[in-house]
Amino acid sequence: MHSQAQNPFGPTPYERKKERASLIAKVVTFVMSMALVIPMLLIIGLIFVKGWSVISVDYLWENPRGGGIAGGIWGPLIGTFFLTLTCLVIVAPVGVLAGIYLNEYAPDNRATRAIMIAVTSLAGVPSIVHALFGLGAFVVAMHMGKSLLAAACTLAVMTLPVIITSTREALAAVPRNFREACWNLGASKWQTIRTIVLPNSISGILTGVILVVSRAAGETAPIMLTGAAAYLPLPENMPDKLMPYYLGDQFLALAMHLNVIARDVPNMPTEMKFGSALVLLCLILLINSLAIIIRVQLRRRKRW
Amino acid sequence: MDRLEKPIEYLVRLCGWSSIISVAAIFIFIFREAAPVISKINFIEFFTSTEWHPSKHGEPGEYGALALIVGNFAVAGVAMVMAFPLGLGAAVFISEFASPKVRETLKIGIELLAAVPSIVWGFIGLTVISPLLVDHAGAEIGTNLLNGSIILALMSVPLIVSISEDALRAVPDSYREAGLALGANKWEMVARVLFPAAKNGLLAACMLGVGRAVGETMAVLLATGNTNQIPHSLIDPIKTLTATIASEMNDAARGEEHFQVLFLLGILLLVITCTINLIADLVIKGMKGKANA
Amino acid sequence: MNTPAITSSILLADGVSSASTSSHQMNSPHLEFKNLSVSYGPKVALRQISIQVPKNTVLGIVGPANSGKSTLLKTINRTIDFISTARVEGSVALAGEEVTTMKNVYALRRRIGMVFPLPVGLPLTVYENVAFAPRRIGVHGKAELDEIVERCLRDSVLWDEVKDRLDMLGTKLSGGQQQRLTLARALSLSPEILCLDEFSIAIDPVTTMKIEDVLMQLKEKMTIILVTNLTQQARRMADHVAFLNDSELVEWGENEAMFNRPKKEITGRYLNGEFG
Repeated sequence: MHSQAQNPFGPTPYERKKERASLIAKVVTFVMSMALVIPMLLIIGLIFVKGWSVISVDYLWENPRGGGIAGGIWGPLIGTFFLTLTCLVIVAPVGVLAGIYLNEYAPDNRATRAIMIAVTSLAGVPSIVHALFGLGAFVVAMHMGKSLLAAACTLAVMTLPVIITSTREALAAVPRNFREACWNLGASKWQTIRTIVLPNSISGILTGVILVVSRAAGETAPIMLTGAAAYLPLPENMPDKLMPYYLGDQFLALAMHLNVIARDVPNMPTEMKFGSALVLLCLILLINSLAIIIRVQLRRRKRW
Repeated sequence: MDRLEKPIEYLVRLCGWSSIISVAAIFIFIFREAAPVISKINFIEFFTSTEWHPSKHGEPGEYGALALIVGNFAVAGVAMVMAFPLGLGAAVFISEFASPKVRETLKIGIELLAAVPSIVWGFIGLTVISPLLVDHAGAEIGTNLLNGSIILALMSVPLIVSISEDALRAVPDSYREAGLALGANKWEMVARVLFPAAKNGLLAACMLGVGRAVGETMAVLLATGNTNQIPHSLIDPIKTLTATIASEMNDAARGEEHFQVLFLLGILLLVITCTINLIADLVIKGMKGKANA
Repeated sequence: MNTPAITSSILLADGVSSASTSSHQMNSPHLEFKNLSVSYGPKVALRQISIQVPKNTVLGIVGPANSGKSTLLKTINRTIDFISTARVEGSVALAGEEVTTMKNVYALRRRIGMVFPLPVGLPLTVYENVAFAPRRIGVHGKAELDEIVERCLRDSVLWDEVKDRLDMLGTKLSGGQQQRLTLARALSLSPEILCLDEFSIAIDPVTTMKIEDVLMQLKEKMTIILVTNLTQQARRMADHVAFLNDSELVEWGENEAMFNRPKKEITGRYLNGEFG
């Protein structure tokens, strides 16, 4: 103690106390972070361990049998694919153009602020309310019935704010003076967007599209009231197996399948449940990782 | 090219209005289905009674939604009590203490967690948390209020962490330096300088977490036990507005009172979540306004 | 090439101007500002500006910061339209055509080359930066584009530095190179008016002198409006000099007269570097 005090540049007791307080703060918040991270890792790990044993080519390729207690998950898997694809075809053009409108065309006035509030509100609407909307609007009022198309439309409305927001952010990242330079050369607004703005924000827009895919593939509530079936007998002959549903048909989807076999089916083997959960989880994590990779690439390859 | 300029602008403008059209359509179509029952239902009973017995085969039903509303807020509230302190702590760690590499890793992890579908969370509640609660917390039924709250807490933590972290990082470094220069240690600096400066953002994070938790359906449906009662302890099974709609809608046929009342629950949910989200939005706007000033 | 189709209606609207605009093309000013005022909300940016610029001359516009010089340029190619609060009164006439009410602003902007002080390389290759505007008006022939690109890059004294890396991103060039790239782009449509707003701000003195030489040659083909902070640059290049101060045109006249016998005392002080 005494010898340290003689060093005029050494830490004073007061400074050391401060150091200790900082260290405690760091440790406490670190422990809190880990209190979140570790249980989640354990849970995800558990799903992997318990579900891994059933994962095989057959499990992915066979249709569910006996209400889901046997067979695989091909029907739900391909259903999720077609559902997501249909949703994307509907929402991507509208959402991207809406993002373009908000960032490139919209004047700074009340109407635009109302649109912004609508985007925020739409993002906050609970998924079950979207389900009710889809039931009331697409299934009943527009006579689509419970179908792939109705479910895809419902998901499209739900994911609209995701794609609008991410498109808008991607466009806003392109500096305004690029646009001004083009306008000064006599390029029209759309020419400028097409030749300069979109090519330089396409990765960001793509990220938004991928997030829509992830959302649409994982949602259960909106599709369970608008077209997803608990169980369907599916064709096993070859070309039909690859495309078992038309737009007007009810369909199976992975998220819905998990919902059904998780609670309703008696004599359901546990590892089959975990297998479905594992496939859905991996699918979603893979899709989102793709979005993250694109974003990191984007940051690395800056063009200005 | 000049020929296409105008049509494209009209198309872009039309799409620009898509969000407003969607919001309006949601209100219109949900009110349209609920309309017949709005004039008939006894709203005093609806908000004060816990008797929920949907009509069957033409018999008159009882629609007291009190327990469902209480259940909805209870599970969301308990979830926030768990999620907010932990989320805030994690946000402080990420924004103030973590090295850039650790920060990036944690943020990517949080982003991935935020993407986990709610049905997977519900599945976890049903198959992982539920047996734990029966074995270690003395619960008779593993799917209950606490189970739902734990799941909702895990689900809303990513949102809370990322918004809180944004709010903390928006505080200028000069505040931190000033706090430290005045002799505060880092702990005091966080509590006395950072939190007050970022309080709007932190509040908004909490509100958005509540909004997400109140509106959550599948996870709650699987994890809370689906029992219409006002909970007296953490391990009582409950039922929420969202789970009621999800579980009963397939039994109700269009034209029945039951079907219409479920849409009425939808309106109630819509009003609750819109209010929460708009308040959060205003709080965030207030935060931005202050930062600009 | 540019038939002044609406000249007659302008003449009717502005009877006073008939003396200057109705005479033969040769004598009429190529560009004329008349009683031009611009305000941004409550803030006045330009007050009652009247200047005539004869064809194939250089007009130097000098004045301290915030005197309205850049605003004046923006009224010429109507990029002022992008500032939602801006209000324009009075008239700008290009070869007798009224600019402020012109319908096809894209055609207008193609007739006017514009170089603003901040260098902007578009996120395209150097080649495509220069070929951008020609492509938009339908020039697609490789040979033709090659010719335009080389000519414009030579005119902006950039050719020697980039001729071996035309496929490099324009945004990766240095600030001074990007400034010259901006100039090359502005020249790519062979504009009849070339507006330069402090073009030499990011360029070294030697290159600046070279560009000035090129500009003096380009004067044969176009009318040049040169906004500059450097009064000596105006003295070297301008045929006429206009002095703007505090949103007003203090005075304008021939180069020699402005520098040697200014009518107002403040002009002399500014041009001799005593304030600003």
